Amino acid sequence: MFRNNYDNDSVTFSPQGRIFQVEYASEAVKQGSVVVGIVSKTHAVLVALKRNAEELSSYQKKIIAIDEHLGLSLAGLASDARVLSNFMKQQSLSSRLTYGRAIPLSRLVNSIGDRAQTNTQHYGKRPYGVGLLVAGVDETGPHLFEFQPSGMTQEMVACAIGARSQMARTYLERNLEKFVDCGREELVVHGLKALKESLAQDKELTVENCSVGVVGIRGEGMKAIEGFKLFDGQNVKQWVDMVAEGTEEAAEEESMEVDS
Amino acid sequence: MSAMFSQNPLMNGPNYSFNQAPATASGGNTEHSFYPYTDNGGSTLAISGNDFTIIAGDTRSTSGYSINSRYSPKVFKIGGTTSSQDDANLVLSVVGFAADGEALKERLDAIVKMYRYQHGKPMSVKACAQRLSTILYGKRFFPYYVTAILGGLDEEGKGAVYSYDPVGSYEREQCRAAGAAASLIMPFLDNQVNFKNQYIPGSGEGHALQERENIPLPKDEVEDLVKDAFDSAVERHIEVGDGLQMLIITKAGIEEKYLPLKKD
Amino acid sequence: MNHLPQAWGRPRDDVYGAYDSSYLQNGGPTQHTQRPIVTGTSVVALKFKDGVVIAADNLASYGSLARFTDVKRLRKFAETSVVGFGGDVSDMQYLDRLLNSLDIQEAYGSSGHTLNAQNLHTYLSKVLYKRRSDFNPLWNQLLVAGLDGESKPFLAAADLLGTTFSSPSLATGYGAHLAQPLLRNVAPDEEAASKLSLEQALEAVKESMKVLFYRDARSMDKYSIAVITKDGIDLKENEQLEKQSWAFADQIRGYGTQVN
Repeated sequence: MFRNNYDNDSVTFSPQGRIFQVEYASEAVKQGSVVVGIVSKTHAVLVALKRNAEELSSYQKKIIAIDEHLGLSLAGLASDARVLSNFMKQQSLSSRLTYGRAIPLSRLVNSIGDRAQTNTQHYGKRPYGVGLLVAGVDETGPHLFEFQPSGMTQEMVACAIGARSQMARTYLERNLEKFVDCGREELVVHGLKALKESLAQDKELTVENCSVGVVGIRGEGMKAIEGFKLFDGQNVKQWVDMVAEGTEEAAEEESMEVDS
Repeated sequence: MSAMFSQNPLMNGPNYSFNQAPATASGGNTEHSFYPYTDNGGSTLAISGNDFTIIAGDTRSTSGYSINSRYSPKVFKIGGTTSSQDDANLVLSVVGFAADGEALKERLDAIVKMYRYQHGKPMSVKACAQRLSTILYGKRFFPYYVTAILGGLDEEGKGAVYSYDPVGSYEREQCRAAGAAASLIMPFLDNQVNFKNQYIPGSGEGHALQERENIPLPKDEVEDLVKDAFDSAVERHIEVGDGLQMLIITKAGIEEKYLPLKKD
Repeated sequence: MNHLPQAWGRPRDDVYGAYDSSYLQNGGPTQHTQRPIVTGTSVVALKFKDGVVIAADNLASYGSLARFTDVKRLRKFAETSVVGFGGDVSDMQYLDRLLNSLDIQEAYGSSGHTLNAQNLHTYLSKVLYKRRSDFNPLWNQLLVAGLDGESKPFLAAADLLGTTFSSPSLATGYGAHLAQPLLRNVAPDEEAASKLSLEQALEAVKESMKVLFYRDARSMDKYSIAVITKDGIDLKENEQLEKQSWAFADQIRGYGTQVN
């Protein structure tokens, strides 16, 4: 990428009205492995593809449980994500402490959005190099939020960020209408299918490289929630197997389309 | 001419006709009539066994001779990941000034939750016991006016009870009673749990008498001891009564039992 | 005679006594409330099947002087809860302003999230506890009435020390001695309270107000009463005690000069 005169700091606009440092931060998000989030009437799920830096290393942490009612998945600089997740943990604990209430998701996401925005307006600061998908439930039901280094946050029905996430997004767009009425299992499978779409040619979904986070409501009120739960390793086998079988059919369909 | 002598004792003797005392000090310290503590009564009790710990407390809350509430728990699960504390492994009881007790509980709970978040595993009783001590000592000069007892299972799975004074000195014990009726319950526990003053009949005279062998009690027997202890305390102490809340910690988790006590 | 410039124009100590310069001090030590000044007396409340009934009279006393006779001591919060204040009236007004700003802050922006009575009680108890810990108490005893997170009746108390408790019936101040026994007769436990009808609850609370007026010298026969259910708040602020009977008065013997 070429250098120009307007990318030395995050407080200077280019004549075209761009802030390059913020755009570069968004590039960092695209370097991270892909994460997918989907929400239905009853559940919100996060599905992530984990990478290991080298054969000998462990797989990175892609999904973090924040509080009983929410968790996040990250794409980009993991250390920046940890700073944000620590902050979110503090915020949710203090909400429970001062009001005895699970913090509303929109408020929590806004608070990290505001933090990220200040980084883009103060000299000497650097934008967060990470994108987040925040999934959780509150009094108004399940939610999924997207967070970008620019400080932009928005509520989504389904979303994918990270490397090659365009393929996953295409899958999500195609199946958009189905999500609303999905149960918990179906939603996870949709997430994994979307994840699989964005996989490199020689890669497969395995129990090692998949993380799943699930949260949902069981009935009315905040007492009846299915708390945010993180699944790793053998605990995701059931879903990974389902997708592995399912895609053979899908692949056939695809190839038939191509033939005709 | 006596008015020439100032009222100020520091300036006795001939003086100017106006008061030259410093304009800021109005003389003497202001008396604080606000007292930040109160006693909400009640009693707690903890006994550890071989593979369990029972922590119990009555549920009455009082102010003087009035009953505030008949159900106001002072035994709490600590450090679970959910608001219902289903997956907690520690129990804290606090008796004394209820507002301080509540504040202490919430602070410890937040700390243990952060520990789990940061380390990815639950806090051990031993670590939590040490931490609780530093929390209490941190307010050495404006103490949490409570007697705390912390319970759980230690690294070997054995029952563990740690008892505290309001400023954080603590020790691990077999059993401990605290609160309003501590002086009524503790001697009973000494006798029934640690077999104090129990000797083997006919084993000798005077100091030669052999003490009864100390054996850990089974869980159901300890449960009965707790009930008896509270029934007796209710009989003789006005601040104890209404309900008995028992948290029983085993490796299977924490079981909660509630039994009514006399409401008089 | 004294010629020092400090004494020019000052009244002479030998004629008028030592000059009291205390009024000149404005940079003295910060002052904290050490005692309540203008006070409200009891607040009484009782849970019933669908909600809570709460009442307090409209009197603010200045010591034994019935100083203000139209002070509303039941305050609405966000059309979901009612707070009944006993104790210092200026601290009540401060708390009322605080709650109003909290209400605005909560309603601002994100929709669908409200603080219920339980959240409100937690918050108020933290405020009170913080202030007592700063040795600067808000001299109030208060009752919070409304519904909890599961839309069940909620009633709890908090005081200037930060002490909190909850019960099917509650009363502050003199009411704790005079009204609470009457209320406990109709609702000894939660189960009994959950079977009470609105009419029964209203009757018990009004009876309590009457007994308090008979025997609490700092009470008045004009009072406010509120019923909180899931349909909202019904607050009446100008009720008059009915069916008073002072027939017993001339039967009383043994007070003051009237010995037999």
